[in-house]
Amino acid sequence: MEQVTFTPRRGRVEAIEPLDADEARRAIHAAEAALLDERRMLDGDELATLARVPDESVPALAALAHQVRLAWCGPQVEVEGILSAKTGGCPEDCHFCSQSSAFDTPVKATPFLDTDEVLAAAQETAALGASEFCIVLAIKGPDERTMQRILELVPIVKERTGLNVAVSAGILSEDQARRLAEGGVHRYNHNLETARSHFSRIVTTHTWDERADTCALVRRYGMELCCGVLLGMGETTEQRVELLLQLREVDPAEVPVNFLNPRPGTPLGDMPLTEPLEAIRWIALCRLALPSVILRYAGGREVTLRDLQALGMTSGINALIVGNYLTTLGRSPEEDLQMLADLRMPVGALSAAI
Amino acid sequence: MDPTARCTGCGRPRAECDGCARELDPPRFCPTCGTRLAVVVTPAGYRGRCREHGPVVTGRS
Repeated sequence: MEQVTFTPRRGRVEAIEPLDADEARRAIHAAEAALLDERRMLDGDELATLARVPDESVPALAALAHQVRLAWCGPQVEVEGILSAKTGGCPEDCHFCSQSSAFDTPVKATPFLDTDEVLAAAQETAALGASEFCIVLAIKGPDERTMQRILELVPIVKERTGLNVAVSAGILSEDQARRLAEGGVHRYNHNLETARSHFSRIVTTHTWDERADTCALVRRYGMELCCGVLLGMGETTEQRVELLLQLREVDPAEVPVNFLNPRPGTPLGDMPLTEPLEAIRWIALCRLALPSVILRYAGGREVTLRDLQALGMTSGINALIVGNYLTTLGRSPEEDLQMLADLRMPVGALSAAI
Repeated sequence: MDPTARCTGCGRPRAECDGCARELDPPRFCPTCGTRLAVVVTPAGYRGRCREHGPVVTGRS
């Protein structure tokens, strides 16, 4: 096995000079006027300024993000279940991932689940009150056999459960994107993961531009684009702002926000978790940068946010993955559904075209 | 056969590891023989199968 090296930057992202309390208050007020009164998007400089509010101002930033979410998206929260239908053995070397064959991790490769197993997982998802089910495959991109399996599964799952079916199967060709769209795939997930300027430190087997190309194909053929981020991989504050602006360019309907949950055996296995208040800051900034997207709580939230998970729901999040993730477990669905009930947030399907 | 002989987080004998699996990680190694399990994680549960000992672990989120 080839040795992959990675030198993590430790601790907090880096020492940027925070705004003082008055500057922070003014910056948050200016963002409020832009997003709620003028209904215009913030520019890169405004986002970079908001990224520098001191810790004490993060709750105010989060409160604005919640107002923006309500004004631009409404009160509903979308619930989704995900399934790793083909696990491990992936030829890519994404340094955060326990499913890469480049790293010696505890995750054993398992073949594509059969139709009954996928359907049972979709039925579990429907029983949890979800409206979306995502079939995820650990592959570089689909070969013809995999395309056939996906195209066979999607209508069965839709018909038998009533769920919208999303797929995540890596890099697509133009023809594959067209066939998936025609085959009834509602959303296609393809994350940017991190800023273009940071990407080559995280993945060496494909480029950021290849990812952006697949994102463009997804939209071109009429699927909703689900394009997420993974924060906490040693990127700088500037690179996080860069990522937010790059997300805008690919124009996703949905952005899942993942926080690195360091996986044993991967090059990022010894990275520290993102601090909870930092996670809230960046959830809020995601919302302020992308006011109309479906912003979904995704992997790593339990270990990163701990008791602050409800706070994320009032910091710009309006969707969540319920139950387990791909190779790790989530907290119980009952806890999440109780949290939404306690917050009086109605559950329902969201769409890009609100 | 002792179904508690091995750590399900790393597969080592219990004498060497008293359990290193994290709270939100499913078992990854057979509790009897320490072989890596084929684990299927679904939204509401998980199950692990050992090549030698069959379906050995199940649970939910």
